[in-house]
Parts: sequence; structure tokens; C-alpha cells
Amino acid sequence: MTITIAHLFPQLLNLYGDKGNITTLRSRLERRGIEVEIIEYCPEDTIAYEKSDIILLGGGSDREQQAVCQRLLRDRDSLFSYTEDSGVLLALCGGFPMLGEQFPVGEETAEGLHLLNITTCQGNNRLIGNVVLESELTGGTIVGFENHSTRTDIGAYAPLGKVMAGHGNDGESGWEGVVYKNIIATNLHGPLLPKNPALADNILSRALERKYGATVLAPLDDELEKQAHSFIVEHYANK
Amino acid sequence: MKIDPTLLRHLAAQVKREIIAVCGTNGKTTTTNLLDTLLKNAGYRVVCNNVGANMLDGVANAFISMASLTGKLNADYAALECDEASLRHVVNHVKANKIILTNLFRDQMDRYGETEITAELLREAFVKLPDATLIINADDPLCAQFTRDFSCISYGISEDCNTQSAQTDEGRFCVFCGKELHYDYHHYSQLGSFSCPDCGFTRPTPDYSAQQVDLTNGLAFDVCYHGEKRRLDLHYRGFYNIYNVLASFAAYDALGLPADGIDAVFNAYKPQIGRMEEFNIGGKTVILNLAKNPAGFNQAIATVATDPRPKDVLIAVNDKPSDGTDVTWLWDVDFETLGQANVTEISAGGIRMHDVALRLKYAGFDDVSLAECDRASLQTIISGSGEVCYLLVNYTVLFSVQSDLQALEQSTGKEN
Repeated sequence: MTITIAHLFPQLLNLYGDKGNITTLRSRLERRGIEVEIIEYCPEDTIAYEKSDIILLGGGSDREQQAVCQRLLRDRDSLFSYTEDSGVLLALCGGFPMLGEQFPVGEETAEGLHLLNITTCQGNNRLIGNVVLESELTGGTIVGFENHSTRTDIGAYAPLGKVMAGHGNDGESGWEGVVYKNIIATNLHGPLLPKNPALADNILSRALERKYGATVLAPLDDELEKQAHSFIVEHYANK
Repeated sequence: MKIDPTLLRHLAAQVKREIIAVCGTNGKTTTTNLLDTLLKNAGYRVVCNNVGANMLDGVANAFISMASLTGKLNADYAALECDEASLRHVVNHVKANKIILTNLFRDQMDRYGETEITAELLREAFVKLPDATLIINADDPLCAQFTRDFSCISYGISEDCNTQSAQTDEGRFCVFCGKELHYDYHHYSQLGSFSCPDCGFTRPTPDYSAQQVDLTNGLAFDVCYHGEKRRLDLHYRGFYNIYNVLASFAAYDALGLPADGIDAVFNAYKPQIGRMEEFNIGGKTVILNLAKNPAGFNQAIATVATDPRPKDVLIAVNDKPSDGTDVTWLWDVDFETLGQANVTEISAGGIRMHDVALRLKYAGFDDVSLAECDRASLQTIISGSGEVCYLLVNYTVLFSVQSDLQALEQSTGKEN
């Protein structure tokens, strides 16, 4: 078995230690004897959507975010076919609002990728801090860090989780992120997966199932992962 | 303490000669203290906030503590470390004549935001001082961007020193046109001999340049300036210290002061607490270094890796507000390099010890010990089998560890 991960424009989108996600996915596959191919795409490259099992879209500064979105709009239809066909897409930080109808760039509004019928506007302050979510996806908690001025309305879509600590999509609704088919998108930035092994495995299971049918993932030694995860839950959600 | 800004303005106006502010992500404290030392050695009275209190109140306190009760200040110069975001407030009251800008790296993004935002805050301050001269790091494109709009002199390292340091991600694209910068050679992070293939934005030719750099035993290099050449041979560790020395040298020379005997002053300088600070504990060398952000950590790790001795290493990270509460940057640090640094044992400490341990696991360390940074656990780490011990810690970890190391040094006695 081989999983091909498309890392979109890491040279542009690398604001907060995003490489932790690729490292985690690679390691959790390799330790189970599953081959991994990671393709780092530059904006000039042609993206092989049909060859991709997981697409990773990280966060960048406003200017980079906008450049990336304009680039992706060029092959928006291929990306849309990929996600509609249950291709796995993990979008973090600024990659999340980009998936919707429109998103703010400074004072202006940019056209989104229209993969999801969600809208994002600019709030009047930044929402910053550690986050704990209760997630049906993993049947447990998800921990991370948010730093965004955006307010995203996910409408009727399922969230990634319910906010136990932190602000979430808009600071009010109590929801964070969005899940649709195999799109998982969240404001939580940077190295989300190292400390959330259950979420990492959920993503891998989705990709494996789409390609090879339901696959059971062998358990791994997640002692350090669990300690780092629990520390955040204990300190921020169980105060 | 709430400071009356008119008092600060009143005191700063009494500085007889010049006021030099020092800004930039890394190297502020060392550069400020070097400049302070140079000036004091030349016999001048200097206002300096050399405890690293670098926001408006810290700057004000430095002036107040040197003033008489009647508000009279007897000072020739002021050398002021200044937080990048605070400079625009400080210059409302303190008319700096020269501003050193050391570098701009990614740092505490929950507090400062992206480097682009920091650059804008600095620009806001520079605009308020139309007569000031900037002294900038020519090797840093994020600093060199200011040569277009402001009067600048610059310093840089003008040869390939084969630092083999990882390039970090900010600043690799031209700030003017967005094209990826080309490097003739590269020192670390975005520092090097850069040029933009598209719009022509290029590293300025430094007015003060380091050449013939020799890192084999401390730091030795020529400073070349105005057709002169002066060899400095220093006992400090850390390639980045070349920049700190160059910056303070450039400022000192730009003040029109004679450079005679400057080598001895540089050499006598004791690094500040936690800047590759050495302790001797029961005969073992223990080296404490503050590292607060990916660029700082990568430079510290590069320095550790140039030491061939077998070593025990502690990485300790707190997430208090003054450290920055977001520790996701741990994944931007090239801890993988420690894998080739002859590390005997590695420990993770600080409030976020679990995040550090997990990061080290993915950097290839199978066996990471968790360590509270109290005196007992420091002693355990120091008594490891390595010949030397490196403690790389961030801001709020530093002070308690430093005082514990001093206590341990005293209780075990210095042995040689």
C-alpha cells in the first residue's frame, strides 16, 4: 500500500511549524509498513490531483494566502472534483476560510475556492490561544492553538468539534472547524497532528479507505503524544 | 510604575552627545551592552537599560535611575535596547540619533504577528525621526528594505562561511516584488548575500564588513571599513556574535570615536546571563544559552553541533506571556541537527516539556527524559556521562536555572 501526500506550496505556506503535520503523517504510515510518497508542489507546478490521496494546505501571511488562492482558482474544478470524489483535504489556519465563498484579506475581500458553501469575514480583534475541542470525529478531544482575526460561519455543515476552551470559528457559536466528506478544515494552526494522533489516524483511515477499502490501523506507541495532548486538556479545559 | 512622559522627554533632552537605540529580534541585549561597554571604556557616562527591560517603562527607568533628584542628568550618550513594537512610542519622547536594527526573525507571533507587521511598526518609528541614521544588517533583506527610504549605514559578513545552517522561511521572498531571492552565499535564516532576480533589490555593500572569518577557536575576523582593516580575535562562541560585534563597532565608529584599543574591550566583555554563559560545576563545563525563537534556537544548535565533545543537552520551554503562549514554532526549529551533535543524553524541560519531548521524538531521539528545571534535576542532567552540558532554554526558564547553576557552582567549588 502507498499513500501519496500532496503538500501544497510549503515554500509559501509555512507560517507556524506546519511541517509537523507532514512529519506525523509520514511517520505514522511508515511505522505501519505503509509506503509514503510526499510531493511538495510549487505554485508553478501542475498538481496531480488524480494521484493524490491526501492534500495538505497550510497557513501563510495574508499576502501569501491570497497568492495561493489565486493559484488554486486556476484549477479549482479539478480540486472540486477531487474533494467531491471524497479526496482527503486537510486545510489549516488560513487554508480553512479559503475553501469557502469568500474570505478577507486585510480590509478587502477575496474570492474563495467555492469548495464549501461557507463565508468568512473579518472580526475586530484576533482570537488567540490554546484550544480544546470535543470531537465526534475522534470520539475524544482535539487540542491546538488558534490565532485568527477571521469569523467563519459554517452554516449547516458539521464542525470539527465543539469548543471546550478557546474561541473557535467565530468566538460565539461554540464550533470550531468544518468537516464535509473528506475535507477537514480548522483554524488550529501549525503542528496540529503531532499532539492529536487520533485525528492523524482518522485522516489516514479516510485516505486508505478511499484507495484500498476499509483498513485497520495497527496501534502505535503514543505515550508522549498522549502526555502532550493531556497537558493541554488538563490546563485549559478542566480548569 | 507609570512614567510621566514629559519627565522622560526632559531627561532624554539632556544627553550631551547622541542617543542610540538598538532594535531587532535577536542580539539586541548583547549589541546594546557591547556598545555600552565600548563607550564607558572610552570614559563616557552612558544611560543604558542593560537589564533587557526594553519597553517604554524600561527605557524611562534607565534615565530616571541615572538622574539626580532634581531631574538633572549628567550623561554623554544613551545606548537603549528597544522592543520593536515599542520603538514607535519611545521615539515620541526620546529623539534617537542612531538606530541599530540587528535582524527580523519570526518571534512570538501571538504577540508580534508576522515579520511584515513588525517591519511596519518599525517604519512608523523611523518616519518620526527624519534626521536619524539607521545602522542595519546588510545581510538581512528584511532590514535592508529600509535603505530605500531612510539614511542607512550597514554591516555584514562578506564571505561564505559554510555555516551549513538551515534556511528558515521568512524573508526568502523579495519584500518589494515577491520573487524568491537568489543567494550567492547564505549564513543562516534569511541572512546572506541576496539579490532579487526580478526587481534588482540587492544586499547593500556593507560599510563595515567581516572577512577572513575563523570559527575554529572562538571568533576571529577582520572588520573592513573605510579602507581600514582591523583584526578582532574574540573568545565568544556563536557565529551570530559576529553580527553583534559588527553592529556595536559600526555604531561606535559612526559616533566618530577612535577605535584604538577596541579589541581589548571586546575581548574583556563578559556575555550577559544566558548567552552561551559558562559555569564550572564540579569540574564539568555547563553552558547556558537563552533561545527564544526558531532563528535563535537554530543558531544555538549550530553552535552546540560545532563542539565535538560528547554532551548532555537540556531543551526547556515555558509558555508564559513573556515567552509567547504559542509554542508551535518548536516545529520550525531544526532539532534534527542535534542528531549529529554527539549528544549522549537529551532532556526536555519547562512548562511545555511534553511538546519539547514529542518534537525531539520526531527529530529522531528515542529516549528523551522529562526534567523539571529545579536544582535537583539540573544536577542529575549535569552529572550525565557527557563531557560538557548544554542547557538551551527560553526566557522565563532562564533566570531560575541561571541562579541554580550559580548556586551549584559555588557549592561544588570550581575545579579545573
